[in-house]
Amino acid sequence: MIKDEQKPQIQDRARSGGMNEYLASHARAIQPSGIRRFFDLVSASKDKDIITLGVGEPDFVTPWRIRDAAVYSLEKGKTQYTSNAGMPELREAIGQYLDNQFHVSYDPAKEIIVTVGGSEGIDLALRALIEPGDEILVPEPSYISYSPITALSGGVAVGIETFAKDQFKLTAESLKAAITPKSKILILCYPSNPTGAVMTYDEMLPIAKLVEENDLIVISDEIYAELSFNAKHVSFASLPGMKDRTILVSGFSKAFAMTGWRMGYACGHPDLISVMLKIHQYTVMCAPIMGQVAALEALTKGGLEEKDRMVESYNQRRRLVVQGFRDMGLECHEPQGAFYAFPSVQSTGLTSEQFAERLLLEAKVAAVPGHVFGKGGEGFLRCCYATSVTQLTEAMERINLFIRKLE
Amino acid sequence: MNEFKLSILDLLKEDARLTATTIATMLGAEQEDVSAAIAEMEQDHVIVKYATIVNWSKVDDEKVTALIEVECTPERGRGFESIAERVYLYPEVKSVYLMSGAYDLLVEIEGKNLKEVASFVSNKLSTIESVISTKSFFILKKYKQDGIIFEEFEDDHRLLVSP
Repeated sequence: MIKDEQKPQIQDRARSGGMNEYLASHARAIQPSGIRRFFDLVSASKDKDIITLGVGEPDFVTPWRIRDAAVYSLEKGKTQYTSNAGMPELREAIGQYLDNQFHVSYDPAKEIIVTVGGSEGIDLALRALIEPGDEILVPEPSYISYSPITALSGGVAVGIETFAKDQFKLTAESLKAAITPKSKILILCYPSNPTGAVMTYDEMLPIAKLVEENDLIVISDEIYAELSFNAKHVSFASLPGMKDRTILVSGFSKAFAMTGWRMGYACGHPDLISVMLKIHQYTVMCAPIMGQVAALEALTKGGLEEKDRMVESYNQRRRLVVQGFRDMGLECHEPQGAFYAFPSVQSTGLTSEQFAERLLLEAKVAAVPGHVFGKGGEGFLRCCYATSVTQLTEAMERINLFIRKLE
Repeated sequence: MNEFKLSILDLLKEDARLTATTIATMLGAEQEDVSAAIAEMEQDHVIVKYATIVNWSKVDDEKVTALIEVECTPERGRGFESIAERVYLYPEVKSVYLMSGAYDLLVEIEGKNLKEVASFVSNKLSTIESVISTKSFFILKKYKQDGIIFEEFEDDHRLLVSP
């Protein structure tokens, strides 16, 4: 209830500055995503002939077995809350799956929480860990949400540039140079959105050493783990001494083509998970039950086979796109994971924004300019190859023609 | 059949128009190897034909398809082979299968209209000496054929650009 003596003051504030006056300064300070402007441009064009390589989402529909399980559960009247941390049988299945696939074992009762998408897992981890002013290290180019959600939690995101010559992998030297006494968390995302970079066990070891020496916590976003093409994915938590320092965040969106279900999970030290669970239960209560039923089906009854079929298809398209860019004379490092190619457009003399904008308007191909992903992204283009071979072939032809016209 | 050839078959089954160069790139192989494997499979009749699956209901020139269960007496020494041969040589017959169960052959017949199919069954198929009986089932609508769903809504519902 607003006291009478406060009302004139509020009215004055509304009159003088509009709603902005009420907004929390840290929320107001968040910049809109760099993708937004480009998204608006694409949406405004209304051209049906646009081929989009801009969307980071599988082109497959969730396999029917998985959808059917959710439909059936609804028919049976499964519409209630689940336990805050998620259905015990789903947590059990996640634990089993991580152990089988990536050799990391978590106690489903205390170390696993089912979240609303991987994004919620990252947000929970940051909110549970960050004190105002803490520095969060983010290798860039990176997924665009890490810095804004860090700021929302009161932290300061510190970008660490990675380079094409290193295949966009984080090196111990650059990590060491970025660490300060305020550094607290390192966010890793391998396989990487937007570069497709993957780090091997041996490449992660010196990173783990620095993490230990500097007493850091690692949030390891492994949402693209299943989309590792040339070698089995290495989970950061599986490195010696890293399990208790790592929060493994993943989900079902990419591997099982379940983006719209918003099903994710986070695994880590029981003390941390219990704090994350408190935030989770006071904000979203629990992940939707139908999504949890679908996720359980994905992990236990045939979903894994469907996943393998989709992953093989991404791998084939990856080769097609990378070869396509190289054939047209663009430098393109070989992405080893996720479903993005990250070719350089520097040789054209255009900025990534100019290139993407002209490519859209003149060749009707939408791709995301690299600069929106932070340091080191300028001069590159993120192209998602999760679209049909026919579309990809046509897109490659259009890009090639566009580049020839620039010359 | 080795893994390499199976991968080629999988890709061609999805899209028979893929070139050997594209297939080679997609599989991370040499174009010559792909071409040679395809030629070999064509020669060995592993790849029998490159066909197009048509949704005839979308075409004015609609066809009538019927499945005929045929019960017949096998021939000494050759079983059902000679009957099957007599049946499959007719151009109206699209497929013939030897079945287990209540009848022996399952025959798929395609004709311009119902009358044409009925006439074929009564004048040609039923009059074969060893044929005991036939049961005809007309296909009213095809929902899925060879793994392809005909009525699936194919528009891409994804956003044009996303994080």
